[in-house]
Amino acid sequence: MGEVIVVTSGKGGVGKTTSSANIGTGLAKLGKKVVLVDTDIGLRNLDVVLGLENRIVYNLVDVVEGNCRLKQALIKDKRYPNLFLLPSAQTRDKTAVTAEQMKKLSDELREEFDYILMDCPAGIEQGFKNAIAGADSALVVTTPEVSAVRDADRIIGLLEANEMKRINLIVNRLRPDMVKRGDMMSSDDVVEILAIDLIGVIPDDENIVISTNQGEPLVGTDTLAGQAYMNVCRRILGEEVPFMDLFVREGFFSKLANLFRS
Amino acid sequence: MGIFDFFKKKTSKDIAKDRLKLVLVSDRAGVSPEMMEQMKNDIIKVITKYIEIEEDGLEIKVSQTESESHNGNVPVLYANIPIKDMKKN
Repeated sequence: MGEVIVVTSGKGGVGKTTSSANIGTGLAKLGKKVVLVDTDIGLRNLDVVLGLENRIVYNLVDVVEGNCRLKQALIKDKRYPNLFLLPSAQTRDKTAVTAEQMKKLSDELREEFDYILMDCPAGIEQGFKNAIAGADSALVVTTPEVSAVRDADRIIGLLEANEMKRINLIVNRLRPDMVKRGDMMSSDDVVEILAIDLIGVIPDDENIVISTNQGEPLVGTDTLAGQAYMNVCRRILGEEVPFMDLFVREGFFSKLANLFRS
Repeated sequence: MGIFDFFKKKTSKDIAKDRLKLVLVSDRAGVSPEMMEQMKNDIIKVITKYIEIEEDGLEIKVSQTESESHNGNVPVLYANIPIKDMKKN
């Protein structure tokens, strides 16, 4: 029986879709059978981040409305034999699907996959309710900014009210240089405020932009973000992985970069 | 906090944390700024029946305090009401 994990944040633009794509791909690289579900109906994005936008025939709404079988809508990623995408519909809106339908879909996917990742839309309305309906656990993504942390707190409250069994935190886009000079909250600061367990700290890394441009998640590559995402995947599988020392590595790399620049 | 921190200027991160902590207390308690304003006006109405107060200096807010009975912080309603004259009339 697979585990259904919802990736959520409240605020938009903090990296839900990027995190979903990388964690899903990473789990597949570690040998798990994974399906990524884009639940953001009307604002489809996970397909382009994964580089699978040209292969969509059917979508989530087609499946719940019975226009096609579940298997027909699943897109198999040719690069990773264990990775599948269930894309969202672009021409419909959030009311096209109900929470009950999502629960039923989750249970169907659970039979087939080890991990089912629900990429949740921003906000706390119907789309959010749909995305969490069938989930066993939640990954809350935030950046170390007041607006994102405030929204994350609201989301955590709603997840707790819905009796979510496990809620873990990912602090995304951390800038060690700014943390060091006291101009950005550290992951410890964010954990202190939100009071949930930390499962990942992703440094701000321009390689994310490059990998999204190319439609290839960077998880597992020799980049800071790529390693940080792979660590998250290992922790999801239950491994004890120490948190990367971003401060040491950042210093070393910026020194190295400066050396070549001059 | 070390002894030298006292002289240090507050970093923007500290300001962010302090502001967040305050706003989250009222978020979590479901207390809106509108409701606080109404409550403030009602408090003024009641107290001015008995004593003369500095209405402009009145400050009320929801913050946190350490609980004596159970572990952790609990929300507390904090009010600072400057008195002009103890006796009305």
